[in-house]
Amino acid sequence: MTAPAAWPLRMPSIGYRLLGVAALCLALALATDAFLTLPNLLNVMRQASLTFLIASGLTLVIVTAGLDLSIGANLGLSACFAAAVIQASGSVLLGAAVGLASGIVIGVMNGVMVTWLGLPPFIATFGMLWMVYGVNYWYMAGTTIYDFPQGFRNLGSGDALGVPVPVYLMAASMLVGGLFTRYTTWGHDIYAIGANREAARLSGIPIRSRLMLVYTLSGAMAGLSGIVYLARLNSAEAGMGDPLLLPAIAAVLIGGTSLFGGIGTLSGTFVGALILTLTLNGMNLLTIDTNWQPLVMGVIVLLAAWLDASTRRRAEARA
Amino acid sequence: MERAPIQEPPARAVPRVEMRGISKRFPGVRALDDVSLTVHAGEVHMLVGQNGAGKSTLIKVLCGAVHPDSGEFRIDGRPVRIESAADARRLGVAVIFQEFSLVPHLDIAQNIFLGREPGSRFPGVVDRRRMHAQARALLDALGMDLDTRLPAAELGVAQQQMVEIAKALSQNARILVMDEPTAALSDHEIDRLFARIRKLKQDGIAVIYISHRLREVFTIGDRVTVLRDGRHAATLESARTDMAGLVRLMVGREVRTHRRRFGESAGDIVLEVRDLEAENGVHGIGLHVRAGEIVGVAGLVGSGRTELARAIFGADRVLGGEVRLGGQRLPGGPAEAVARGMGLVPEDRKESGLALTRSVGDNLLVAALPRIFPNRWYRFGTAARIVADLIARLQVATPSPGRLAKFLSGGNQQKVVVGKWLGAGVHFYVFDEPTRGIDVAAKAEMFGLMETLVGDGAAVLMISSELPEVVALCDRAYVMRDRTIVGELDRRDLTEENILKLAMHHE
Repeated sequence: MTAPAAWPLRMPSIGYRLLGVAALCLALALATDAFLTLPNLLNVMRQASLTFLIASGLTLVIVTAGLDLSIGANLGLSACFAAAVIQASGSVLLGAAVGLASGIVIGVMNGVMVTWLGLPPFIATFGMLWMVYGVNYWYMAGTTIYDFPQGFRNLGSGDALGVPVPVYLMAASMLVGGLFTRYTTWGHDIYAIGANREAARLSGIPIRSRLMLVYTLSGAMAGLSGIVYLARLNSAEAGMGDPLLLPAIAAVLIGGTSLFGGIGTLSGTFVGALILTLTLNGMNLLTIDTNWQPLVMGVIVLLAAWLDASTRRRAEARA
Repeated sequence: MERAPIQEPPARAVPRVEMRGISKRFPGVRALDDVSLTVHAGEVHMLVGQNGAGKSTLIKVLCGAVHPDSGEFRIDGRPVRIESAADARRLGVAVIFQEFSLVPHLDIAQNIFLGREPGSRFPGVVDRRRMHAQARALLDALGMDLDTRLPAAELGVAQQQMVEIAKALSQNARILVMDEPTAALSDHEIDRLFARIRKLKQDGIAVIYISHRLREVFTIGDRVTVLRDGRHAATLESARTDMAGLVRLMVGREVRTHRRRFGESAGDIVLEVRDLEAENGVHGIGLHVRAGEIVGVAGLVGSGRTELARAIFGADRVLGGEVRLGGQRLPGGPAEAVARGMGLVPEDRKESGLALTRSVGDNLLVAALPRIFPNRWYRFGTAARIVADLIARLQVATPSPGRLAKFLSGGNQQKVVVGKWLGAGVHFYVFDEPTRGIDVAAKAEMFGLMETLVGDGAAVLMISSELPEVVALCDRAYVMRDRTIVGELDRRDLTEENILKLAMHHE
């Protein structure tokens, strides 16, 4: 047997993406002195880690050929619940637990709708998005909760051994997620479901329980991200998750995960988050009008899709 | 080869259609070999033969969907070329396939004139009044009293059939091809359809009628052409032949197998099905398979063979009865069936057998993971070893285990589908059309594989529309009709004639 790492074929062009990251870094380093400074690089890592945390669960969902549009709203609700509990009880731990639980509950509800009720993932999670927004806007009633203990805030904005705390969270979830997707049979089942759901079902894979797991994980990661965001922003209001959904989807897509399912990796999503963050960071450093940012994001997403379309065929034919 | 007998009707005018010496090769199979067909105006010409005899290829040649390698056409005595569907339509050929092509949410008139709507004074605007009037006239001519504004979705099968006929006639069809038009009709509806067909005859339309119901040869047909293995077996006048004669002409293909000694190795009952009824329509199913046996399930298209396989495996919802595997009752669902040692090799391997965009290795292991890694911890070394072993054992022609399944040939894909059960510890296999779409050499390998499996003590239920394969390979066979089992044939009685007698409609 030759190198077993040659299969399964999940992510043919991570090399190109790392090349893209290197090129981006080189260009920015040449263009501005402000880029290649330790504080800036750590800031980039912190931001990319946060994006990765939201997008990680979504990656697994998309690998099953599903979708989770509720993660932004889920994040917002979990942050607001956590904020309210911390403020009322003074217990950071209790607040974090409630926030995480809220995320998990929403994930479970998504899973039930997709598996037991048989709703298309787009519809199920789109409906959930609005419902969670609704609950959050009603609950917060236009208020903002702010000012949390420094110990809690360190979770989002602090450093440990000179490295931002979210980076540790990112590394931990990438390690666990990587082990799960690559070294457990459940992980392999998830790819099988995404590649051909009916074939997976007729091969004896329990589709429902695997999908429940994936949607629950996505909800849990949204809940966790909500807590970290709360710690970073030091304030919670109902709309805080709204702007985070589309960048998360962008990170997954830039990372090479296929919307058709069966192809994608967490490391790809991390690289996607990094490319996204580097680009925005560079535009800020170069004081380019922020109004251009969405346009550039769109171009990058399309560029990544084109790259995959043109390289995947060759990668497949070589295997 | 001796010349097949052709009985011509009493001297008539120039034939409406003449196809002469039509041959067509597909990779690995000779679909049509020097086939001729002559149909006169006002004649109903029946076309019969087993699955794979070449009926549909012949029809596809006539309607321009398939280009023959050689042969010539004449219509009304004039040599013509049919290069495309448009050519066929211009020459007055209309085909009504088994799967109707009506658009459900469009009304009858819109369906009849789809793409050819009568225009009004304003360019691009349909003259709806004229369209409905013309549709009305067409339906009247067929004796149909239906509102032309009814959406196709609200029509019964027989009515849809009539609308298809009206559509064909509106294109000035002079040669009407019908592919098993009565397959889904009730007796009453069949009577009405036949009345219409007789009227079409009077109007001088040439009808080519493909049927699996031999009785119809005598009720509606003027002449009948029998195809066998892509060759013309005979053309006879319906009045001068009988059912037994037709069946004799239809059978007679050889299948080479390793010739096990049948029945000798049969052991304990592995699978037992009692009074099974499923949502997909199969009902009253009782059967059993012993270790070391290959048991066939034969029947015509639509008799419920695939549905039976899916019901036993738990792929479709079971409503009643029971399936016992190794004496234990299965609770239903593929996951349970696989966990207890049952594997299904489905009929449509690309849709439900394989993940085409995954590697050969991943596909081979997809069902076996819980057994190979009981503690759920995936080890790439073990996986690679098992995959390499399976590839060698099945002789899958692939450059590497990482090759995507979609790049393999049909026969190698099929081996992968079987291979995924070998690693899963399956001891009861359901093969649904195991030789569909694979070449001759791969078929022989597939048979060899099945014989090895039962030789090692597994049990096999083989569903096949290829009667010669059932006869050559099976210890016993069940015959299905109308979604239930209508008979069982043991090795001694297992002949193509006997299967056909049970599978066809007799009254």
